[in-house]
Formats: sequence, structure tokens, C-alpha cells
Amino acid sequence: MEEILEILEKDARTSPEDIAKMLKKKPQDVRLAIKKLEKEGVILKYKAVINKRLLKSEESSVSAIIEVNITPQKDVGFDKIAERIYSFPEVTSCYLLSGTYDLLLVVEGKNIHTVSSFVAEKLSCLENVRGTATHFMLKKYKEDGVILKHKEENKRIAISY
Amino acid sequence: MQPSGIRAFFDLVLGMKDVISLGVGEPDFVTPWQIREEGISSLEQGFTSYTSNKGLYKLRLSIARYLKNKCGLEYDPDEEILITVGVSEGVDIALRALINPGDKILIPAPCYVSYGPMTELAGGTAVYIDMKQTGFKLTPKLLEKHIDKKTKALLLNYPSNPLGVSYKKKELEEINKVLLKHKILCISDEVYGDLTYDFNHTHFATLPQAKNNTLYLDGFSKSYAMTGWRVGYACGPKEIIAAMTKIHQYSIMCVNITAQMAACEALHSGRKSVEEMKREYRRRRDFMVDGLNSLGLTCAKPEGAFYVFPCVKKSGMKAMEFAQGLLKEQKVAVVPGAAFGSGFDDYVRMCYALNFDSLKEALRRIALFLKK
Repeated sequence: MEEILEILEKDARTSPEDIAKMLKKKPQDVRLAIKKLEKEGVILKYKAVINKRLLKSEESSVSAIIEVNITPQKDVGFDKIAERIYSFPEVTSCYLLSGTYDLLLVVEGKNIHTVSSFVAEKLSCLENVRGTATHFMLKKYKEDGVILKHKEENKRIAISY
Repeated sequence: MQPSGIRAFFDLVLGMKDVISLGVGEPDFVTPWQIREEGISSLEQGFTSYTSNKGLYKLRLSIARYLKNKCGLEYDPDEEILITVGVSEGVDIALRALINPGDKILIPAPCYVSYGPMTELAGGTAVYIDMKQTGFKLTPKLLEKHIDKKTKALLLNYPSNPLGVSYKKKELEEINKVLLKHKILCISDEVYGDLTYDFNHTHFATLPQAKNNTLYLDGFSKSYAMTGWRVGYACGPKEIIAAMTKIHQYSIMCVNITAQMAACEALHSGRKSVEEMKREYRRRRDFMVDGLNSLGLTCAKPEGAFYVFPCVKKSGMKAMEFAQGLLKEQKVAVVPGAAFGSGFDDYVRMCYALNFDSLKEALRRIALFLKK
């Protein structure tokens, strides 16, 4: 089971047939195992990792990291307010952290103004938000374990012993 | 010393573009970053000198500790371990240290390309043990048949390049008994030992009474994806290590210090990467073997390394013709069996240290080639 995940995490397009060959299992069993992982929510989604720097400028976007201080609520702590915040489509990641602030958000927008107005008009006005600090991202080097750079060609010589 | 046809074929491969090469003999992974980083930082700190002839004490000590923890094998880092330029140098100086004129070295075949030539260069006679009839495995009987008064050592390599075949503890014990009985040394090249997929690798020196009769050769090239760094090691009885060190100190002086420091880091933090790569190789092997079998290109069960050695008889071609045709028509490179000894004209070596997409494409092209 874990090995199926390891394979899919490297390349989500790997077919159940190929996985079956790699793991000496029946394709049908692999298919069932994947279904089960999806049903249990272990596998949430399959997606492509895109290097947005290479897109045409009209489609480009800016990202910002936002530190958010919030006042926890009785009984539900941070969860309720976190949900209100992460439900905005602009928020692409949301984490609760220990330390000087509470939530760390990654927010994406078309340009610097869209992100600013999201912070000013939506985020900061929420009742339990006590303060925010916005850091615009200048360059992404690595995301989710993937280095955002075209891999150089393999340098091995074609024949060796 | 190599059949000239092979040379010409290799030139053909190297001169062609966009070839999917199953002809390589090294990992497709680059050395794990923490190991590379250690090499860089050692340079930054100014470690650019010679080391002791035997190699950095720290590295020898790390190897001794690693072996002790792993399998209880104890070597004295002062006198029983020598750091070599890959296993290749280990084999070379071992043979030069051990062979007296006319001594015979037993080499199970097919075998790694350098064993025979290095034996001959050291003034010995290479006696090849053809394993075709025994399912590409060395059996005690087959071994015993080739022993005579001039036999000095058995040069054993498992998991094997080019076969991928390895041995379980029981099988090795039987081989060891024959060697002890005839007082023949075992030179054990276990550079692919970490890449054993179906059972635990048994170090030859851990077998009963084998340690004093075994020269154990290993290195960082394959398991840590460090082929270009050229670091190997030899562990064995101190008399042999002393004799090897004599040759090593004059011909090599010492292994380059950057690589030795990186190798220390490999032992320190590289095990997780080794396990990850090993899992990946196992999946590729199963994928490859399944694919080849379904094409009728059967091979001995490869239990380790990253090679398969399928028989191409079914294609109606000899290995060289098969390799040339496959290269010209489908741009897939394999190594004809003749490179690994005479009598293997029906076999080719394929390496599966390649990403899945390329392996899949290679299998598709081989299928197309066979259809024609």
C-alpha cells in the first residue's frame, strides 16, 4: 500500500497496469487499493506541478506569504476561523504554527493589487484577526519537493561496464 | 584484449544521438545531495592534501563500525582496511599482490570485463567457469571441477555484473566449504551487495571460518550512486592488505581526499537514500523482467544489481546482430554478451538503471524490433 503511494507521489500518471508490474501484483488489486486510498482520503487529488514563471505574462500571478495573528475562539480554538480564511480561493495553503504568529497563508493573486486588496478588504476585517504581515514572494526555487528548474540532460556516457 | 567487434559496436553507439541506452553500468541517480555537499564543504575548508596511503583514518574507522553494526564483521581499521580507487583498483592490486607466475584465478563467467585482463596482466592465468549449464549460478560441483594445484583464488562477484544473479547464505556456505577444503582464497567483489532485492545480502567473510580466507572488496559507486567519485575499499587478512598497500602506495599514493570525505558522509547519512534507490531499482527490475518475459526474451532471475542478461535466441539472431539491429532500427543500445566472456553469443546485458518512461519506451521498441 505504502509503495503504491511512493510510486504515485513520484508520478501520479503511472497506470495501475504498470504499478502492478513493478510490484508483482494483479492490476485489479492495484486498482482496488488505489480506490480504497482515494475513498479513505489518503489520496486527495492528482495534479500537475507547474512552473508559472514560464507562462506568458497575461497568465502570470504573484504569491505572498502572510502571517496572521488571530484570537482563538472558545471550544473550537483556531479551527473555525482558519476555515473561514482557507475557504477563500485566493488562499492556496494554510498552516497553524507555533511561535510569534498563528496562521501562515500562501495567497495567490493576479497582481500585487489583488493580493493587497484581499488582505485589506477581506482578511484583516475578519473579526478574530488581530494583525497580518504580508511578504511578497520574489522567486520560487523549490515547491513541494520539486525544484522549479528544467532538469539538465543526463550526463552518463551511453556505454559503460 | 576485448573482441574487436564489441569495440566497433560501442563506437557506433557513442556516435549516435537520441539513443535509449540500456548499455550503461552505473546508476541514473546523481549522488545524494548531503554527500555532494560534504565534498563541497571539505573543499571550502581547504582539505586538499594527500591522506595516508591507506586512506583517511576516519573513513576506515567508519567502514569498520558500519560493518560491525551491520553484520558483526570486525576489521581493524589500522591494518585490515585499505581505501582504493573504486573496486576496480581493489581487484587490480589484489591480483598483483597475490599472483605468482602461473597461478590460476577462477572466474565464474559471464563476468565483469576487467577480471580476466587484470589477471593476465598480473602474470596469472584466468580460468573461466562457464555457468550456462547451471542456470548461471556457481555450484560447488562446478567449482570443484575447475580446481587444480595451481589454483590460487576464486574471484566471485555477487550480485553479479552482468547477470544480476546472487546467492543465498546456504549456497555461499557450500562454495565456502569447497574453498576451505582446497585452501583457495575467495576474492569477493560485493559492490552490488546493497542492491539485493529478494533476500538479505550475505557477506562472504561472515561465513564459518571464511574471514581469514576472504578478501572482501566493496565500494560506494553503485549503492550510493557515486561512480565518478572512485572510492572503494578492501578488507581482509592484514598480510594481504599490507601487500596491496605496498602496490597502492607507489601506484596511486592515496584516493583523492574530497571523495574520501564525501564517502564518510555517505556512511554517516546516506543509508536512507540507498534504501529509496533500492526500492526504485526493485520496481524497475520487476517491470523490466515482466516486459522481457512477455517478449519471450527470458533471463536468469536477477536478484540484485541493476542488470538482466536475457537470451536472444528466440529472435533468430546472435547477440551482436541483435544489438546492431536494435540500435540501427530502434535506437536502443544493449551490450552483447561476448563482452563478458566467450560462449555468450546468445545473450545481451541490459541495464535497468533508467527512469520508467525510458524503460517503457525501450521495451516498446524492442517489441517492434522483434516483430520485424
